[in-house]
Amino acid sequence: MRHLVRSVPQTCPGPSSHLSPLSSAGRQNYDLLVIGGGSGGLACAKEAAQLGKKVAVVDYVEPSPRGTRWGLGGTCVNVGCIPKKLMHQAALLGGMVRDAPHYGWALQPVPHDWTTMAEAVQNHVKSLNWGHRVQLQDRKVTYFNIKASFVDAHMVCGVSKGGKETLLSAEHIVIATGGRPRYPTHIEGALEYGITSDDLFWLKESPGKTLVVGASYVALECAGFLTGLGLDTTVMIRSIPLRGFDQQMSSLVTEYMASQGTRFLRGCTPSRVQRLPDGQLQVTWEDPSSGKEDTGTFNTVLWAIGRIPETRSLNLEKAGVHTSPTSQKILVDAQETTSVPHIYAIGDVAEGRPELTPTAIMAGKLLAQRLCGQSSDVMDYENVPTTVFTPLEYGCVGLSEEEAVARHGEEHVEVYHAYYKPLEFTVAERDASQCYIKMVCLRKPPQLVLGLHFLGPNAGEVTQGFALGIKCGASYAQVMRTVGIHPTCAEEVAKLRISKRSGLDPTVTGC
Amino acid sequence: IKGNRVMIFSKSYCPHSARVKDLFSSLGVECNILELDQVDDGANVQEVLSEITNQRTVPNIFVNKVHMGGCDRTFQAHQSGLLQKLLQEDSAYEYDLIVIGGGSGGLACAQEAAILGKKVMVLDFVVPTPQGTSWGLGGTCVNVGCVPKKLMHQAALLGQELKDARKFGWEYSHQVKHNWETMIEAIQNHIGSLNWGYRLSLREKAVTYVNSYGEFVEHHKIKATNRKGQETYYTARKFVLATGQRPRYLGIPGDKEYCITSDDLFSLPYCPGKTLVVGASYVALECGGFLAGIGLDVTIMVRSILLRGFDQEMAEKVGSYMEQHGVKFLRKFVPVMVQQLEKGSPGKLKVVAKSTEGPETIEEIYNTVLLAIGRASCTRKIGLEKIGVKVNEKSGKIPVNDVEQTNVPYVYAVGDILEGKLELTPIAIQAGKLLARRLFAGSLEKCDYVNVPTTVFTPLEYGWCGLSEEKAIEVHRKENLEVYHTFFWPLEWTVAGRDNNTCYAKIICNKFDNDRVIGFHILGPNAGEITQGFAAAMKCGLTKQQLDDTIGIHPTCGEVFTTLEITKSSGLDITQKGC
Repeated sequence: MRHLVRSVPQTCPGPSSHLSPLSSAGRQNYDLLVIGGGSGGLACAKEAAQLGKKVAVVDYVEPSPRGTRWGLGGTCVNVGCIPKKLMHQAALLGGMVRDAPHYGWALQPVPHDWTTMAEAVQNHVKSLNWGHRVQLQDRKVTYFNIKASFVDAHMVCGVSKGGKETLLSAEHIVIATGGRPRYPTHIEGALEYGITSDDLFWLKESPGKTLVVGASYVALECAGFLTGLGLDTTVMIRSIPLRGFDQQMSSLVTEYMASQGTRFLRGCTPSRVQRLPDGQLQVTWEDPSSGKEDTGTFNTVLWAIGRIPETRSLNLEKAGVHTSPTSQKILVDAQETTSVPHIYAIGDVAEGRPELTPTAIMAGKLLAQRLCGQSSDVMDYENVPTTVFTPLEYGCVGLSEEEAVARHGEEHVEVYHAYYKPLEFTVAERDASQCYIKMVCLRKPPQLVLGLHFLGPNAGEVTQGFALGIKCGASYAQVMRTVGIHPTCAEEVAKLRISKRSGLDPTVTGC
Repeated sequence: IKGNRVMIFSKSYCPHSARVKDLFSSLGVECNILELDQVDDGANVQEVLSEITNQRTVPNIFVNKVHMGGCDRTFQAHQSGLLQKLLQEDSAYEYDLIVIGGGSGGLACAQEAAILGKKVMVLDFVVPTPQGTSWGLGGTCVNVGCVPKKLMHQAALLGQELKDARKFGWEYSHQVKHNWETMIEAIQNHIGSLNWGYRLSLREKAVTYVNSYGEFVEHHKIKATNRKGQETYYTARKFVLATGQRPRYLGIPGDKEYCITSDDLFSLPYCPGKTLVVGASYVALECGGFLAGIGLDVTIMVRSILLRGFDQEMAEKVGSYMEQHGVKFLRKFVPVMVQQLEKGSPGKLKVVAKSTEGPETIEEIYNTVLLAIGRASCTRKIGLEKIGVKVNEKSGKIPVNDVEQTNVPYVYAVGDILEGKLELTPIAIQAGKLLARRLFAGSLEKCDYVNVPTTVFTPLEYGWCGLSEEKAIEVHRKENLEVYHTFFWPLEWTVAGRDNNTCYAKIICNKFDNDRVIGFHILGPNAGEITQGFAAAMKCGLTKQQLDDTIGIHPTCGEVFTTLEITKSSGLDITQKGC
């Protein structure tokens, strides 16, 4: 449902009409200034420019501690969704190469070459960087490759790589600077020897034997594709995997990964990283349950313990923009407005928002439309579907079972579920023990669907349409009346007959 | 419950229970009554009842093994006549239900009826093809349809993915050859396990399975002839026809002698080699597609248009992708003669074809000729004329009303033989199940044939739900519609260097009904997986606004539907640039 709020048209004044007493020759005026050229920022800038505004985007990639840097487009394009999904695809193709002989293709097991893959992925990302530059040009958005910080509430100072300063002022300012991976700086050697996802996708050489520290989806996705590419991979998890996701699904995700060869070190925390004379990294960790210390050697240590918002170098206090004392994220209202009425924040940098590209894009577009008086629609952050691209993909929309029970009470929630076997797994003799679907519904007829959780191949593709269904207020009965498409995995969603409460065996047998 | 015509679980003090008892005694019906408050294990019985009927309260009434419900439901049933109908049922026939045809629809119906406590028989008999191919229980889908087709399609996709894999860093230099026999063995093993699974499932549910050919001899009576020619007669109160269809032949010299159909292809013991596929049905395109995908020389001979009845813009795109990927199309030709030049596995066949537009004829030599020109209903030789079941003379299909009932009230039909309905496994299963529930459990729910999604597993898959653009224009008029469309480039295709501006998404909206989506079409990888959820959304009245308000899942192909902006009427460019 679209949340309609009273229309507050904030028509941007034209460039000529905006004259501020601070106006000077060294300074440029815009209707809208976007800080951060990622998914949300670019979407907002392009939309506003399309609607006739004078727009500038400033973007600057601070090199990672390992010195990795990249082009325009932000996390998703450069060090997120895009390279991640491509490397995931490379790993999936490895599985298909192994399936192929079952289907009659005469093929021996084959090795994987990291360099070939990395080059192909990086070339694609560079073509996207270029595409974003062209799109900005096409829409007459001015692009500055400078690092921005606030001078006052309407003025931003940008510093280029060469140290040249530019002053930019604007009627409206959108902060879309995103976030960067967090380093556990309290751990000895973490910063010196570890890498993060910011580096992984730009490595020219194979990372070799890898320790992934963390339990976020980033940790599991990276560990998943590294294992799939044939690398010896270990994941070290302090407490639970995929916090915030449905925990039954999370444990199936890791169970499948373990069955594919990913090692898990549970309940462990690293205490130091040292470089051995042969160049390998020796990691020492503690197992609090036993109180014992243990060590292992790896070629690469990847930190995937979370992300921190890029707010610290913005001088937000000069503009009066408030951040959350705990998360350092920028506090916003439903209109994406910060504590300063003409300054907004969207995407990963905004407090309480899902850290997802499509939400940032939509929030950016809607914000631009509101700023230009085109519409009064605000972003609806409910029922946002997402997919974790672990080796067995996990797609979800709506509430987890835990959350549904917490909100409605166990007595009022009915969960339908099934273990199924994708047809393609049969001939390939793949194990389908973790292919699982559950639909969380209200128990009272017509049993409104609260959440859908799908674990299996192509989970993203399967989940998208059902997310629409949930948006349209689908009931369990309506989903059951939908005829399946045979033979697909998605049809199993329309055939969920067994409730958890019944205690019956949820394994799908036969056709 | 089983031994009693009427069984009432009651409590002696309950006024509702008393009303029900009075009702039955006024009807002069003897009932067996169990007073749960007067027996020792009453609480346990109540617990079990609540488990099997989802009803904890008393009275809890069963009539002829059918769960009626409580007091109100029983009185309702009395008013509607259902109760009387249930009471009249007797055991003059050997079976409550005989299902003719052990395919998806027939088996679903038989099993559901058995679950509801009925005595059920399934007759299934596969008449061998002219080439001698036959198969086990489960019907077309499992043996010679969806299942082997999708697996061979997967084999072909894997061939493409092997090529992609090299671009993604998997190193192998030699030319990878495909081995037909390995694939057939693996697929047939899987099918064998499914056949076995069906046998087991029927046995578990106590459905009598007879591997014989069923034919009506008189009302309520059927003759079953087994492989050895032995005849047995069975009677039943109700019958369900679910005999399905078989591929048609051309009726030209040499067709039955030398050509194969999809009935033979999936278990063909040798690689078919250079193949001519005759036809433009989805079967023709799917088979032609995967044969080319595993490296065979394939030509498809098409009399007129591709995929008749499907959205023609999509159909042409399906065809042109195949053409770009090595399938040859011979348009506007029909074969007139097939001649064997050499025996063998495969042999050599000469095909003579003539133009549909002039006197031109062409000749070509193939190893295999696969006919995929359509399917004929198996309704002519099952004695329907003996009991007067109406069959459409031209199509062989059986007209039914909205509860799948033929003109003979005790004979029902499901699946591919229904006139004007869809030839799809899931719809047959749905129809069969719901039919059994209506017949034997007092359910009123009918099978909904509207907005049924489906997918054609051509090399580039085509999924759709709702109306084709042609049909939408016919029903709603062009000026009332808005069509949104775009090309898209799957992320996985970029690095693999596969075609841009090939995958295509289109929705058709009714401007005068809130921009409701009445047609959904996607051409691209995993089209089936994508379409399913959108079909569920269409069941809930999906509108364009809701599509726009939904967040995409990034990066997927399905997300393209959340950002459709360009209308066909605008004529704007839909080729893809950037992310």
